Amino acid sequence: MNSSIRRWFSRFRFWQFVVLVAVLLAFTVILVFPLFSLFSKAFLNNAGEFAGFDNYSKYFSTPSLSASIKNTLDIALWSTLFSGVLGFLYAFALARTRIRWKTFFKYTAMIPIFIPTVVHALGLVYMFGRQGVLTRAGLFPFELYGRLGIIISEAIFTFPQAFLMFFVALEFADGRLYEAADSMGASPLEKLTRITLPEIKYTIINAFFVCFTLAFTDFGAPKVIGGSFNVLATDIYKQVAGQFNFNMGAVVGTLLLIPALASFTVDRLVSSKNSGTISAKATKLMIAKSIKRDAFFFCLCSLVTAFFLFLIAMLFVGGLSEHYPYNLSLTLKNFLFNRSAGGVDSYFNSLKMAFLSAAFGTAFVFVYAYMMEKINGFGALRKYGKLLSVLPLALPGMVIGISFIFFFNDRGNPLNFIYGTIAILVVSNILHYFSVPFFTASGCLKKLDKEYESVASSMNVPQWKTFLRVSVPLSLPAILEIFMYLFVNAMVTVSAVVFLYNAKFKIAAVAIIHMEEAGNFGQAAAMSLLILAINVLVRILYEAAIKIIKEKRL
Amino acid sequence: MPFLEIINIVKKFDKQIALSDISVEIEKGELVCILGPSGCGKTTLLRIIAGLETANSGQIFIDGVDATFLPAAKRNFGIVFQSYALFPNMTVIGNVLFGLRQKKWMAKSDMHTKACEALRLVDLFEHKDKFPRQLSGGMQQRTALARAVALSPSFLLLDEPLSALDAKVRQKLRGEIRAIQRSLGITTVMVTHDQEEALTMADRIVVMNNAVVEQIGTPREIYNHPTNPFVANFIGTMNFYQHDGQTCAIRPENIVITNRKSHYDFAAHVKALEFKGPMTRVHGTLPDMSEVCMDISSEAASEMRLNENGTVFLKMPQENLINYANTAV
Repeated sequence: MNSSIRRWFSRFRFWQFVVLVAVLLAFTVILVFPLFSLFSKAFLNNAGEFAGFDNYSKYFSTPSLSASIKNTLDIALWSTLFSGVLGFLYAFALARTRIRWKTFFKYTAMIPIFIPTVVHALGLVYMFGRQGVLTRAGLFPFELYGRLGIIISEAIFTFPQAFLMFFVALEFADGRLYEAADSMGASPLEKLTRITLPEIKYTIINAFFVCFTLAFTDFGAPKVIGGSFNVLATDIYKQVAGQFNFNMGAVVGTLLLIPALASFTVDRLVSSKNSGTISAKATKLMIAKSIKRDAFFFCLCSLVTAFFLFLIAMLFVGGLSEHYPYNLSLTLKNFLFNRSAGGVDSYFNSLKMAFLSAAFGTAFVFVYAYMMEKINGFGALRKYGKLLSVLPLALPGMVIGISFIFFFNDRGNPLNFIYGTIAILVVSNILHYFSVPFFTASGCLKKLDKEYESVASSMNVPQWKTFLRVSVPLSLPAILEIFMYLFVNAMVTVSAVVFLYNAKFKIAAVAIIHMEEAGNFGQAAAMSLLILAINVLVRILYEAAIKIIKEKRL
Repeated sequence: MPFLEIINIVKKFDKQIALSDISVEIEKGELVCILGPSGCGKTTLLRIIAGLETANSGQIFIDGVDATFLPAAKRNFGIVFQSYALFPNMTVIGNVLFGLRQKKWMAKSDMHTKACEALRLVDLFEHKDKFPRQLSGGMQQRTALARAVALSPSFLLLDEPLSALDAKVRQKLRGEIRAIQRSLGITTVMVTHDQEEALTMADRIVVMNNAVVEQIGTPREIYNHPTNPFVANFIGTMNFYQHDGQTCAIRPENIVITNRKSHYDFAAHVKALEFKGPMTRVHGTLPDMSEVCMDISSEAASEMRLNENGTVFLKMPQENLINYANTAV
């Protein structure tokens, strides 16, 4: 045999190739193909003929539709502003002051993650709606339904994201810089504007885009609290689910991609300049005593926390009372859900879906990350895989939902059989929440000694065995984190699954919308409590497991 | 016939040449050090011998068999890395057993016996049920060595095995590794950037620089007769000076210093004296302003009352002089 061919064969690892191609093919089918269907639909007319930009010009010339763009930008900007500023101050309080109860504040800040956005809106209705506690007490003389309600809901929704990003950035500080500034007599304001803010400027940009994109594309809150205030996400739903105008739905879908694409571009531009500013020699920042500062930040954290707890408390009031606000006697009857909205089955369906999404998703994400990080060769395939791995970040749930309809509901598609089953819900969740777990997994695998595989192969141990006996056990904390992340998000997501669930297989987060629409606020609150309970439980189990692992490793 | 034959190996990464036409022969049972500055290609060469990388061209023969296209798993070697790469989730004996368990034909008890044997060899038997994190750096290194030899490999590869350790432990382990290697009689290739390590441990040294082999020889040959200025300069300290249109080189300890003005080759100006315990290093300048340094015993230095800014007279013994064609050093 020719020696260059033999050289190629000696480097060729058959099973690595098979697994790599299998994961990439699977991901291409669920990511690239549906997106292709979406774009092709946007440029076709109802009869399936090529229409060029006709759909777009029709969209922009229909005032009721194009007004939604302005509305969506408007609410996304305001809610991002609120959650960004509050998230920064809250993170600053936890990372750079000496206030008490930091752990408590850290967990309460994450409350919104554990419930669907429709529930943020529901809580607001109980607080500020026409019959809301605060409205009845005369403390809220505004109209909640519409623009204001959406802005507050999205601010709640995006607050934990902003907070967590700022917290991570602020937690690491080079104490030497601040000591140097002190020795030169810099004022606190100067230290903030000259050291702190410049150090986290990339986080500011990223947090802005993350929050903006989430608010821009959210469906749950505007659906429940938006009234007649239309946004893109509700338009897309009306066009597709109400009027079966798939082409117009596709047009709106492509518009929803714009903020994410903008953020990608900006990220590419700034990340090349973002070299690590914290050196290995950095010393821990000693936080100076300041009663005035701590008092201010403690009040701020208390207010935000009180607001979230109040919102949750209202769910308890609504869910456990006979008929809020007229009859507040304690009852469990709201937990006997009406069959029409899916009944209690929808809750168990959600649990099943979330569990399957988490189990299959964790396995898929981890193997995918392993194939990207721990094998040699196949450069072009791995580059393609890395490119695909970040794309889901740009895909709002609504876009995944309709592109899945376009792709999987096609009778000619051999995968058509998963349409209308739990499988398509699971697949859409894995795709929707792929990227963050992927970064977790690949970050974790990068930290493992790259010679483990070399040593194992020198001992003639097959790679799958090294994977199972070394890589997986050592990555257990990351694997649990990924499982929890996927589970919690699958429990609360509405956007993708609202297009894909089957009438015979309803899910809890969507059921809440139907209960609210039917005026069954008590049942909606009761269901929200169930979702909150399981997510908090999963989180507690995760924290306990991590604690046990850490103790064992010390 | 040599045990390991490396023939005309070329390796390129993208456009950068990591190894350009490397040929080395290694005899059975000897310990060969591949020595060179970082980035010279020595680790790449080791990985190609191991089969962890594939060369662009060239051949590798192991024990007379063409192994060029053999995967790492089939080459039957043990390897120790600078990071040790011990599996942190397994005990010391678990690490050693990990490879042994692959030998399906072996009885469980035999595997255990073999693992214990290997651990006794590195004196870690009492610690066999500890986890790597409970061991010192030196013990972790010995665990990695036990794991590498437990499978009775036909040769051993050591990739900077001592670089992560502190100086005292490093010196002790040099001797231990060498003793184990001798008692097993196992052919060993060790990569290092530490010249002292190479000089004290190796049977032969392969000096590499910029992807090529500069010289191959015993430690004495390499030290006493470096074939080119790079090797001369890289290993130990070497003085270079121009004489009769030639570049001459001489080791600091070979220069004879007197303060008598007879039979001398150069008068040197003393710039600084560096007391190093038994020896004193004299830094000086020659008349043509080139730098020179000399080692004399501290006793002799005080007898001669050497002091900074003084003048000394140097003799360069002919038998210790090395001449190079006039090349830039």
